Amino acid sequence: MLQVAEEKTNEDASQMIASTALIDLRGVSKVYGKGQAAVQALKGIDLRVPRGDFVAVMGHSGSGKSTCMNILGCLDTPTTGEYFFEGVAVGKLSRDQRALLRRHYMGFVFQGFNLLQRTSALENVELPLIYRGLPIKQRREKAREALAAVGLSNWEGHTPSELSGGQQQRVAIARAIVSNPQLLLADEPTGNLDSARSKEIMELIVQLNRERGLTIVMVTHEPDMAAYALRQVQFLDGQIEWVQTF
Amino acid sequence: MLWEAFMLAQRAIRRNVLRSSLTVLGIVIGVAAVIIMVTLGNGATVKVAEDISKLGSNMLQVRVGQSLRRTGGVSSDAPPFHLEDAQAIASQIAGLQAAAPMSIKPMQVIYGSENKSTSITGTTSEYLTIREWKVVQGRGFNEGEERAGQSVCLLGETVRKALFGSEDSINETVRIGKLAFKVIGLLEAKGQSSFGTDQDDFVLIPIRTFQRRLAGNLDVGSILVSAKDGVSTTKVKADIEVLMRERRNIGPNQADDFYVRDMKEIIDTMTSTTKILTALLGAVAAVSLLVGGIGIMNIMLVSVTERTREIGTRLAIGAMERQVLMQFLVEAVVLASFGGLIGIASGLGIALLGARLLEMPFVLNIGVVVGAFLFSGAVGIVFGYFPARKAARLDPIEALRYE
Ligand SMILES: Nc1ncnc2c1ncn2[C@@H]1O[C@H](COP(=O)(O)OP(=O)(O)OP(=O)(O)O)[C@@H](O)[C@H]1O
Ligand SMILES: [Mg+2]
Repeated sequence: MLQVAEEKTNEDASQMIASTALIDLRGVSKVYGKGQAAVQALKGIDLRVPRGDFVAVMGHSGSGKSTCMNILGCLDTPTTGEYFFEGVAVGKLSRDQRALLRRHYMGFVFQGFNLLQRTSALENVELPLIYRGLPIKQRREKAREALAAVGLSNWEGHTPSELSGGQQQRVAIARAIVSNPQLLLADEPTGNLDSARSKEIMELIVQLNRERGLTIVMVTHEPDMAAYALRQVQFLDGQIEWVQTF
Repeated sequence: MLWEAFMLAQRAIRRNVLRSSLTVLGIVIGVAAVIIMVTLGNGATVKVAEDISKLGSNMLQVRVGQSLRRTGGVSSDAPPFHLEDAQAIASQIAGLQAAAPMSIKPMQVIYGSENKSTSITGTTSEYLTIREWKVVQGRGFNEGEERAGQSVCLLGETVRKALFGSEDSINETVRIGKLAFKVIGLLEAKGQSSFGTDQDDFVLIPIRTFQRRLAGNLDVGSILVSAKDGVSTTKVKADIEVLMRERRNIGPNQADDFYVRDMKEIIDTMTSTTKILTALLGAVAAVSLLVGGIGIMNIMLVSVTERTREIGTRLAIGAMERQVLMQFLVEAVVLASFGGLIGIASGLGIALLGARLLEMPFVLNIGVVVGAFLFSGAVGIVFGYFPARKAARLDPIEALRYE
């Protein structure tokens, strides 16, 4: 199954590499529920994100930012419209194939960190590599590198409860980048942090974008944080209100 | 992948030691119960077999009636044996050590103001040979006493104690019914048989005395026979059957109105009872193992709910459904098997102790130990599957949002 997803991805990508961005949303809508209770969270979104881009998604609460992020992260599929990731139509993939896509191409950072409790920072960072089937030695090595990249070399053995919020989010970022993904998806990564900590995290994310060419899509409520991005996308009631490039 | 799942499982288990221990307690108790029941049951079976063969494994008993009844009660229409039958067996069957006629009647024995209800057994001195029973004081019947049917008796230890206590009993006179008997010897104490009966609770008198004075007829209840060492009891049994059919004029198409029981048969009968009991107790204990399985399912469900966010994270990171399923399934199986191991260890320990206390042999049954271990693992699979599937089917978005 892994093979299939990878071959398909490579094949389609090589055919369309010139014409496609990393992310290509075409008329994506999402409807939750049915009949009277139906909520249209997204109403025909068109968005292209080229490689190496850094997009900040802004908008009121309930405007559909997280819904859009879930679709980008292949955790959910559009009700109508198409989502192409590296030219692959995600909507046609099975649940397991989407899992493989996430495993090999995407990293996630959440507002609430979502680290495994009572598990050391190193082991948390190792987690995606376990699912990649890497032998323990390589896992350790890569996890150490990732922790070093977020500046937590000395905190490998600490469990989340022994780390500050900022440190926990750094561990989460290390976990997201340890498998060398194409795309980093961050839904309000600084939502639980104070402004000093937020600034540090944003600087780290910018660094990943600049130095590694990592494509980043980040949801935030704060214009200060959005200002770090190369582009800002404003959502309004399930539609894109405006896009601004700096 | 299985190894990874195993590592993840043992990590998850160690993360919550107290709960894990409580979870497996049910399995521990279930497995221990099965092991204890089966081990002690097997011990009891072996002990019964040993005790019976102590009676003399080369012993056979010829009885009136049909073997199907196995009650030992004299069939109403079947004619009883006579002394001549015992003599015929003794003289005509090859390979015999001895043959003794035997009749039993429950009666009171009285000495002074003491009295004791016991079995009065009429027999010959051959009886002592066959049962390998020693006279510890005094002597056995002599030929004259036996032929003339004199009123002499040998006391079992229980009867002696009841009537005489610490007093001397040899040459004293006791009363059985209206008759006076002289005590000429005391029998060695054999203690309880494995069926819980007191083997020493009896009085021996010569068979002729029994017939004339107590029964008032010439009947003989049964004939006790012992084969020489190395002689097949099956062969002896067949020979006796031919002889007795002839003596009792049973035609070729007629059913026997007597039967010969050899010790092997008695052992089989007795041990089959304890075997059935062992199986039953084992089965009851196995049910408690199932209950332990439900405990595992319960805790696994709680664990899945509690770790919803973790599962969401794993799914987001790229875990496939079957990997999550495997993780929780392996966790359940590891828990259950671990419980099984502890259960086996404690069960064997308790069984060893129990066997010591009950003075039974400790019979280790590897089959049951392996079976219990495999069964506990299977319990883990069966009861872990539902929670594991629940975890694997979670929607990652909802799981990540779960508080
Ligand atoms: N699973 C769901 N079932 C039903 N409705 C949903 C579901 N998820 C989201 N919605 C609805 O879709 C709309 C968009 O929600 P979404 O979570 O994308 O908003 P958001 O922009 O991320 O808001 P916030 O800034 O508060 O996180 C909302 O009206 C929400 O109530
Ligand atoms: Mg949101």
